[in-house]
Amino acid sequence: MSHSKAASIFNKDEKKVNWHDKALWFVRHKRDKSTHTVAGWEELRNLGHGIKAHTLSNLDTYLIQFEENALKNGIQVHWAADGDEHNRIVHSILKEHHAKKVVKSKSMLTEECHLNPFLEADGIEVIDTDLGERIVQLAKEPPSHIVLPAIHKTKEEVDELFQEHLGTKPCDGDPQYLTGEARKHLREKFIQADAAITGVNFAIADTGGIVVCTNEGNADMGAHIAPVHIACMGVEKLIPKQEHLGVFLRLLARSATGQHITTYSSHFKKPREGAKMHIVIVDNGRTEQLSRPDFRASLHCIRCGACMNTCPIYRRSGGHSYDATIPGPIGSILSPGKDLKKHSSLPFASTLCGSCSDVCPVKIDIHAQLYKWRQIITKETPQPFVKKTSMKMMGNIFSKPMQFNKVGGIARWSLRNLPKGVINSKPNVWGKGRDLPIGPKESFDTWYKNRKKDE
Amino acid sequence: MLVGLFIPCYINQLYPQVGKATLELLEKLNVEVVYPSGQTCCGQPMANSGYEYESLGTCTNFVEKFKEFDYIVTPSGSCAYHVKKHYDILPESEEVTKVRNNIYELCDFLVNVLKVKNVGARFPYKVGIHKSCHGLRGLRLGSCSEKVTETYSYIGELLNEVTDVEIIELTRPDECCGFGGTFAVTEEAISVKMGKDRVQDHLDNGAEVITATDTSCLMHLEGLVTRNKQPLKIRHIAEILNSIE
Repeated sequence: MSHSKAASIFNKDEKKVNWHDKALWFVRHKRDKSTHTVAGWEELRNLGHGIKAHTLSNLDTYLIQFEENALKNGIQVHWAADGDEHNRIVHSILKEHHAKKVVKSKSMLTEECHLNPFLEADGIEVIDTDLGERIVQLAKEPPSHIVLPAIHKTKEEVDELFQEHLGTKPCDGDPQYLTGEARKHLREKFIQADAAITGVNFAIADTGGIVVCTNEGNADMGAHIAPVHIACMGVEKLIPKQEHLGVFLRLLARSATGQHITTYSSHFKKPREGAKMHIVIVDNGRTEQLSRPDFRASLHCIRCGACMNTCPIYRRSGGHSYDATIPGPIGSILSPGKDLKKHSSLPFASTLCGSCSDVCPVKIDIHAQLYKWRQIITKETPQPFVKKTSMKMMGNIFSKPMQFNKVGGIARWSLRNLPKGVINSKPNVWGKGRDLPIGPKESFDTWYKNRKKDE
Repeated sequence: MLVGLFIPCYINQLYPQVGKATLELLEKLNVEVVYPSGQTCCGQPMANSGYEYESLGTCTNFVEKFKEFDYIVTPSGSCAYHVKKHYDILPESEEVTKVRNNIYELCDFLVNVLKVKNVGARFPYKVGIHKSCHGLRGLRLGSCSEKVTETYSYIGELLNEVTDVEIIELTRPDECCGFGGTFAVTEEAISVKMGKDRVQDHLDNGAEVITATDTSCLMHLEGLVTRNKQPLKIRHIAEILNSIE
């Protein structure tokens, strides 16, 4: 389904759209308040952008350095070319340790690779332990946002969901009660887990360590109890030095939620005594994106979600309307790189207002990349006949001033003389919710020429 | 200083009063201004829809018509931005570079080239400023709420000098209106919803008039206001600055 179709379905419930828009605008507003207290915010963004650009230009070197250091620290390192290989590696590690119960903290990469169904098919239980992720897992839905996975659900909907799956009492969506019950439920899962899977926010080349940021401490709960910790990361998570965290940790939390720093910024450098630690480094299309000069900066992304919170379209269409693991503006420049045809409507799900680029903590030129994808999509994927022909016609008309004046005259006459019922009939999509101006008798061009004559 | 006036296609055909106001205002300020005959469009409608290559003839015509002028002034931030940002599809030449460097949105031209803020206008209404995105975040005609920078706004500075005007504050000072060119029809549901929300923000804060640097945004907002019979008037900034009500 195209984005616009999914968006128009979402818009059938205007109250819910208003609620969704306000919830996310609230997060954007919190972000504004916290960033405006940082005097060097724009300089921090420049630094974040520069460090990421440098890292991506030297990715081979830093990846090898990271692997060397991680191995020295006693971590086992695996390389996966794609999602399938990633899943097979994780599966084989779990098999090796006879792990049947797995707790997982938030990892968009494992979502992207569809790890859960892969493991579940072999009878392995995978529990998402981030509260929002657990909610969407119980609802059998994908996350609709990368930081706030269940932002599309009201607390009343969560109440019903928990009654059904966790046996809670009806509570009119009391968040404190619901969170308490989720905590009890998840505590059991943490204690029983045979293995913990986490994502990676930053992988540090010069130490071989990784950093995982959460607000709930669920990554730590998992990794500290289970005998095996598997951390899954895309190649672009790399930063050269430990000290660069001073830039990225400040950018990340403020951009994501307006916090100064995430509640837990957990540094994992080596396995606990008696436990095992694995890191799976995944490409899955990233180096291909890196090879596209116009789009490589999309790999700077630190997954803060700020572009989603600020996007007026995302806020009013919901994350599921993008039908992609990463929704919103950043997803709309990443997804076409993976499957141009499937995601061909996404770069058009934008007014190119540019708010995403200005809010981005690592200065990805998101709206400029959306524009560039559009140019590629119209050439490389089948386009609706009407769109294609009308664009060609417009191109022709605007190339020839005489024709432009003629067509303009007809349009003005029609808008002035045709009945509203005809003007706003079905083929005129504009007219469904909006009027068109009444056509003026003369164009500016004619008025100017007559004025000249009179002089 | 010879100024070429560019009147965007939709203003030329549907909102000639905006073109007239721009011309009269510039003349009032003693600018030597010419409207070159044979101009059509900047090419943006095709390009933003992914059909840059269908806009080549349009862009070539634009450069041909405007290459002689010291400055090109247009009552549209979006068109000026398009020429500046996207005319790299034309083979690079002295003429193309000149046109790209010399095009100015009207407010930008008044504040930064003519260096005037008080144009002697009177407009006794409560006015809400819609900050059109391409002007704001593309041409940086003002500070945007995302960035941590000094606060400024060329349209605000000009409007501030207009006698008897009252500028109202918006709850969301620079959210997009949802026009977006062909987006307005290809993503009709979201486009309309965004526009409705913008209009409501102006109404909630007591605006009687919405103004902007861009008639494209205003056409979309006017379409909604007219359809929904809401008590708001829509005026391009040139009309207000040229007003002596």
